[in-house]
Amino acid sequence: MKYLPYAAPAVIGVIVLALWQLTVTLLDVPPYLVPGPLLVAQTMAQDADLLLHSLLVTLRITALALFFSVVMGVVIAFLFAQSRIIEASLFPYAVLLQVTPVVAIAPLIIIWTRDVQTALVICATMVAIFPIISNTTLGLRSIEPGLLDLFRLYRASRWQTLLRLRVPSALPYFFAGLRVSGGLALIGAVVAEFVAGTGGSGSGLAYQILMSGLQLNVPRLFAALLLITLAGVAIFALTSLLSQLALRHWHESEFGQR
Amino acid sequence: MPDTSTIRLRNLSFAYPNGLRALAPVDLDIRAGEFVSILGPSGCGKSTLLRLLGGLLTPSGGSIEADGDFAGQTTGFVFQSPTLMPWANVEANVRLPHALAATRDSDASARIDHALQMVGLHDFRHAYPRELSGGMQMRVSIARALAKQPRLLLMDEPFAALDEITRHRLDRDLRELWAAEKLTTVFVTHSVFEAVFLSTRIIVMSSRPGRIVGEVTIDQAGEAVTPRNDEFRISEQFARRCAEASRLLNLGMNEDEFRGQAA
Repeated sequence: MKYLPYAAPAVIGVIVLALWQLTVTLLDVPPYLVPGPLLVAQTMAQDADLLLHSLLVTLRITALALFFSVVMGVVIAFLFAQSRIIEASLFPYAVLLQVTPVVAIAPLIIIWTRDVQTALVICATMVAIFPIISNTTLGLRSIEPGLLDLFRLYRASRWQTLLRLRVPSALPYFFAGLRVSGGLALIGAVVAEFVAGTGGSGSGLAYQILMSGLQLNVPRLFAALLLITLAGVAIFALTSLLSQLALRHWHESEFGQR
Repeated sequence: MPDTSTIRLRNLSFAYPNGLRALAPVDLDIRAGEFVSILGPSGCGKSTLLRLLGGLLTPSGGSIEADGDFAGQTTGFVFQSPTLMPWANVEANVRLPHALAATRDSDASARIDHALQMVGLHDFRHAYPRELSGGMQMRVSIARALAKQPRLLLMDEPFAALDEITRHRLDRDLRELWAAEKLTTVFVTHSVFEAVFLSTRIIVMSSRPGRIVGEVTIDQAGEAVTPRNDEFRISEQFARRCAEASRLLNLGMNEDEFRGQAA
């Protein structure tokens, strides 16, 4: 039973892949429409150099975007939590940033920015920053009233209340935001790459997908897609691990696990 | 020489900004070494009175004067819920008053040890609040209130949410702690039995706006101080004091009915 959470999805995965391979083989589907999993694996091995290089490019943009989202998002959340006036005046613009599709403004940013990589990082950051801002702000405000009374009773300074009460209270909210932002940073990076369509040595996975599609090299397209998905899962696992390490001693969301 | 330090409440009143009067003008003296229970129905302003004493609310009228040992001293406060920081272990929670203090106390560690020992949680110092039962969490909360060795301990229905057996144990332990530490205590409760068991004196309040209806002295002058144990709960003295307190409590309620204000 202990391995059920791992074994059950693995079994399903194997079954699906087997059925997929079987269908493709039996119906003789041409690989430029749907390649079988075996062919995708083969392509992955063949084009490993090209694809891994592109993966690194995309991951670098994603990591930078996530980093800037966290730093700027947390700073903005602190500002919002300090004063209702600041929040009321600026929050609508944060929403504006969130609801504007990145594909729509990416061309502008690419025009304005000399370096394409920088433009991509800016786009991905714009996509990823909102959950950090809104969750962290909510967390900094969500404090047990009794604890706030306690800090008042002992005449805690604003700074002490922030560091010893608001920041720890906000951590679970921040990590929930981080998990969402991690995925969004990757999506933002891929979408921005599509728009930019950069080739050459600086090309990411989205460019490989774009080119594979044009050349009807569908097996490679699948391989690139698979890498993006795996990268997304890895980012989610990593952010979840961070959350678990930080909260496992005390927060309900983590201490039930294992 | 007996300690004559006193906290004097004079004409103390409180109204919320929306005009709702929570506390009618109240006069009360709290003398050093007393265990005073404030007994009253729900919403009678007894918690308000306690929060005024703790400085969490500013009086709308009247004054609170502390002299002698009480002047300028820290106050310990125990809330209705344990209000522990879930991310900090027991020791760090108890250390909080020291951590927030403007001046460093070189004896802080010894005082924290002592406070944990007093509530019997020394072996649990590294546990997290979620690992403790409700009663144990309340003990941590009490240890935290004691960590700065306050002269005055304020408690706001601290055991109301606990089961009866746990409550009886904590009542007994609290009374022993009070006797050992000579710690002036003001204890808010709506339980007649708890008030009689714990206190040296009970102040009975009427429903809103709260006024003092009367008071009951448990160990009266000339009587030997009765030890508070399970025997006491079935003694004739206990029953008599409970009857007195209940009568006053009813008086406070009935007056309201005459005025047509009862809920």
